[in-house]
Amino acid sequence: MFDILSFLPRAVMQGIPLLLGSTGETLTEKSGNLNLGIPGVMYVGAICGVIGSFLYEQKVPADQMNAVLAVGIPMVCCLVGSLLMGLLYCFLTVTLRANQNVTGLALTTFGVGFGNFFGGSIIKLVDSEVPSIVLSATNRYFSASLPFASKLGVVGKVLFSYGFLAYIAVIIAIIASYVLNRTRTGLHLRAVGENPQTADAAGINVVKYKYMATCLGSMIAGLGGLYYVMDYAAGIWSNNAFGDRGWLAIALVIFTVWKPSWGILSSFLFGGLYILHQYIPSGMNLAVKELYKMIPYVVTIIVLIITSMRNKRESQPPASLGLPYFREER
Amino acid sequence: MHEPLFHISKRGALPWYRAWLIRGLALLAALVLCAVVTTLLTGINPLQVYVTIFKGSFASSRRFWDMLQRLSILLCVSLAVTPAFRMRFWNIGGEGQVLVGGLASAACMILLGGKVPDAGLIALMTVSAMVAGAIWGGIPAVFKARWGTNETLFTLMMNYVAIQLVRYFSVVWESPKGSGSIGVINPSTHWGWLPEIGNAYFLKVLVVALLTIGVYIYLNYSKHGYEIAVVGESERTARYVGIKVEKVIIRTMLLSGALCGIAGLLLVGGTDHTITDTTAGGRGFTAVMVSWLAKFNPVWMILTSFLLVFLGKGAEQISSQFQLNQSFSDILTGIILFFIIGSEFFINYQINFRKSGDKEGK
Repeated sequence: MFDILSFLPRAVMQGIPLLLGSTGETLTEKSGNLNLGIPGVMYVGAICGVIGSFLYEQKVPADQMNAVLAVGIPMVCCLVGSLLMGLLYCFLTVTLRANQNVTGLALTTFGVGFGNFFGGSIIKLVDSEVPSIVLSATNRYFSASLPFASKLGVVGKVLFSYGFLAYIAVIIAIIASYVLNRTRTGLHLRAVGENPQTADAAGINVVKYKYMATCLGSMIAGLGGLYYVMDYAAGIWSNNAFGDRGWLAIALVIFTVWKPSWGILSSFLFGGLYILHQYIPSGMNLAVKELYKMIPYVVTIIVLIITSMRNKRESQPPASLGLPYFREER
Repeated sequence: MHEPLFHISKRGALPWYRAWLIRGLALLAALVLCAVVTTLLTGINPLQVYVTIFKGSFASSRRFWDMLQRLSILLCVSLAVTPAFRMRFWNIGGEGQVLVGGLASAACMILLGGKVPDAGLIALMTVSAMVAGAIWGGIPAVFKARWGTNETLFTLMMNYVAIQLVRYFSVVWESPKGSGSIGVINPSTHWGWLPEIGNAYFLKVLVVALLTIGVYIYLNYSKHGYEIAVVGESERTARYVGIKVEKVIIRTMLLSGALCGIAGLLLVGGTDHTITDTTAGGRGFTAVMVSWLAKFNPVWMILTSFLLVFLGKGAEQISSQFQLNQSFSDILTGIILFFIIGSEFFINYQINFRKSGDKEGK
């Protein structure tokens, strides 16, 4: 029997890292930067948060922890870490005008390596006694749900049972959507992504917009990594557990045809597809489950094909996506 | 009048030795930073870092051959993605194309091993690996050529479809039952294992050396290579001179995919004798960087792939000596890549500082 009541909350929890990642990447792509380093950024965001709260938990016993610090330290570490990654990407692609694909892939190699290296070695590096990274005290603060959630039955479980980062993710997506479509800043940003020459001629600071959008996008995506490890994975870091979610977030950007507001429900859908194989009764046939895991990617490919075939103007990638812009080369 | 402190302008072609001097300096700076990072993490002195890295590839003849083998496979994938890059088709699906190539070879080994003579089996493996890779590369190409579908994102997604396909067959052909992985195929009979020439490594080095020469000639001295270059420069020009752009895109990607398939064959038939979802091991992505760093020139690619493999093995040596995590090599690779990527700016552009005392209307 398909257990929809346990399926929905889990789909949402799976979807939150994807939502944050794809909102960040959408902002970035709207400025014309195809940041393929997002998987690396999410790893770095996660591990920086982990390092921060690991050191904090080592210093302070669990019962004396301050809620603000327990949440604040990993948050700040995560944001700083992913901001640095975004700055590095921008410096190379915007200021030094390097190829975006190559830079992005290098960023992913570095970021995933960085995450796995410190995840695997931090215990040895700080000479700690613990056998593995389990941040259960920090996890308590991150996954704390509203006190009345458990009293509301089904509604409470489906709508109010998540940690605060999940709601922040949804709010960020709504704000991003509003800013992109309803404000002058958003208009300028879209202009930069569609046609930087024209934007430049109209007096928009192309370099500034590219930096701002990409760095902000990286920070949002980094939060996705943090949510995954602190809330979804219950504060337990294990290498490569984050898996290919970063790439799935990039896929989601295509799936939502560059609209952060669509990202909210789509990410839950993707989250559902990601765990669907655990809910579909396949009996003894374990192999079929692996085919179910293919669905999100196949669906993304189909969306990519359909949008390119229909050639509708609203659902196209930003026109200058992936292309460098040099004012002197007009 | 207010003048900016400097402005940037495009350089004319630098003499090759100055370009390589700049790259060399970037590499040097990167190596210094790598040593500093390693010293901070492990506490060994920086000179020792270099010695350890060097030992990773050259301490014994086995390590040396292993380095050559890894270099060959990485070079093979890099060669494969290069023709597409020359026409500005960003194929980052090398990973998936290698995997399906490997999967096709593994399928032949499992299903046909012992039923056809071994020479015929290896021929079948080669053909099916190339066909599988070509199909995987050809699908995005058809859509790119016909509807302009974004190839970067399409090929990226195809990687994950391939990974899931491999996972599916890992369960279908699992051995022993319940392990969820294929294990070594034909461990006692060696059906479908590529023959050894001299030692276990030489065959792959030879195949890839021949491929390097082949791709070099194809790109620089054939009509196809010329067409690829024109399409890469400007699609409109290509159309104007009567080149069928769609045909070139599809043909080139079929070739790219088929060459990736050969890398899969070498990995499954020649090295691992099994297939898992990590058989390609990120080479599809690394190859993009190898190819780009070498300016899409197959001969320079020998150098760039050597650099990455050499560093990778060196970092492994460091991490195993100090019981650090194996991902250390990714960090070092990342640092080196950032420096070299950044250095390209100083090769292509020059910064002109404002000259003080330079008056307007002089």
